[in-house]
Amino acid sequence: MRTALYEHHLALGATLTDYAGWRMPLRYGSESAEHLAVRKAAGLFDLGHMGQFEIHGPEAAGALDFALVGRLSELVVGQARYTLLCQSDGGILDDLICYRLAEDRYLVVANAANTSVVSDALSVRLAGFRADLDRLDRSLIAIQGPSAAGILALICDAHLGGLPYYAVIPGSINGIPLWVARTGYTGEDGFELYVPAEHASAVWWALTTTGEPHGLRSAGLACRDTLRLEAGMPLYGHELTCDTTPYDAGLGRVVRLDKPADFVGRAALTAAAEAPRSRRLVGLVSAGRRVLRAGQPVVDLRTGAHLGVVTSGAVSPVLGRPIAMAYVSTVNAPLAVDVRGSLEPVELSPLPFYRRSTS
Amino acid sequence: MSLSYTAEHEWITGEEPATVGITAYAAEALGDIVYVELPEPGTELKAGETCGELESTKSVSELYAPVTGTVVARNEAVVDDPSLINSDPQGAGWLFTVAVTESGELLTEEAYQALISA
Repeated sequence: MRTALYEHHLALGATLTDYAGWRMPLRYGSESAEHLAVRKAAGLFDLGHMGQFEIHGPEAAGALDFALVGRLSELVVGQARYTLLCQSDGGILDDLICYRLAEDRYLVVANAANTSVVSDALSVRLAGFRADLDRLDRSLIAIQGPSAAGILALICDAHLGGLPYYAVIPGSINGIPLWVARTGYTGEDGFELYVPAEHASAVWWALTTTGEPHGLRSAGLACRDTLRLEAGMPLYGHELTCDTTPYDAGLGRVVRLDKPADFVGRAALTAAAEAPRSRRLVGLVSAGRRVLRAGQPVVDLRTGAHLGVVTSGAVSPVLGRPIAMAYVSTVNAPLAVDVRGSLEPVELSPLPFYRRSTS
Repeated sequence: MSLSYTAEHEWITGEEPATVGITAYAAEALGDIVYVELPEPGTELKAGETCGELESTKSVSELYAPVTGTVVARNEAVVDDPSLINSDPQGAGWLFTVAVTESGELLTEEAYQALISA
C-alpha cells in the first residue's frame, strides 16, 4: 500500500522499505542526520500508514471505557491519552492514542501493523453500545522537534501557544482544515496533523517550504525508531506483545482498575497488578561499540546464565553509545548482552535515555 | 587507480599491498554505519571467507575477503569513526590492506556496474 505522500518520497530520493504492508520512507539521506535534526530543529514524518478510527455515538465514551484499559470517558473535549487495547487475558493487542474530538466522538490511532486487529476488536467490543466505528482513510503528518511549534505557527491558524501536550484542536493551513494534536513519538515537543488525504501533499509542501530555512528535514522510519528508543517509548512487537501485560512493560499506570464499569481484561489485569513481577523492562547502555539488537540474550556477565532478552537496540545518535531496552528477570547481577557469541558488558540506565530540555 | 570488485560489494586495488574497502553502492544501501570489525594485521585471509563485519543502524553485514593473503594494516580511523565509510567509501573510508598471495573471483568495473544495475 502507498500513502498519499508516496510520490513525494520518490521525488525526495527516499530509501523505501516495506513496513506493515506499506511502502514507506526508511530515510531520505543519513538517518543519523535526520535524528539530530529532530533533536536540534525539526523533522517531518509521513505517518499515513497508521490506523485511524472514529468512534461516535451517544455511548462512545462508555464503549471505549469497556474496550480499552484507560478511562476515556473522563477526557474533556480536546484532550488526548495514551492507552492500551488488551486481550481478556491481559496481553497487549496494541497501544493507542485516543483523542476526544467532541462529547460523542473520539479519534483512535493504532499502529500500522495492528490496524485490522484493532478494527476487529473494537467492532466486537462496541457491539453492545450505541456507538459506531468508522475506519478513516486520512493522512497523518508529524512535525517534531524544538522548532516545530515556531514553524507550524507561521502557517497554521490554530492557537498553538495555548495548546498543552496531549491535546488537540481544529485548525487550518492555507485553508485546508485539519486536526492539530500536540502529540508525538520522538521525545520532543511536536505536532501530529490529521489531514484529508487529498490535501496531504499541499500540507507537506507548505511545511517543507516554511520549515527548511529553520532546519526542518524530512525524516524517515529509521530515525523514528532511534528517536523513540532514546525517549524510552515502547514499540508494539518489541516491548509490547500479546504475551506482555501492561505491568510487565511498566505501563501499569495506564490501566484504570478504578473504573466503575467492567472492561475487557479487568480480571486478568487485577491479578497481574498484584502478582510479583517475574521480569521487568529496563534500559541498558553498553560501554562497547557493537550494536545491541532485538532478540539478543541478556546474560549474567560472570556465569553466562540467561536473564532476559533485548527488545530494541541501536546506537544512540545523541549519546554516541549503544543503547537498548530489555526484559530481565533480575538486575542483581553484572549484565552483558550476547552479541553473536561475544559478551558485551552493559550497565543499567534509567529510562528515558534522553529527555528534552524544558527550558 | 584501477579497481576490481567482488559480488559482495568490496573494492580492491591492483597494487601491492592491495587496499580493500566497500563500494559507494554498498555504503548507501547499508545506511549509516555505526560499527566495524576489521581483521588485525597479520591475519591470514582466504578469498571468499568472512573477515569482519559492518553494522549499520538497521543491519549487520559480513565483510568478505576478496583475495587470499595476509593483512598488512587496517584503517584505525574507520574503526574510530565508521561514518568515514559513508562519507568517503573509496577514499578515507578504506578498510584494510593485504599482501595478496592469490586473487579471488573479482569483477571488472564494468561487470560490477552491470551487477548493481541489474
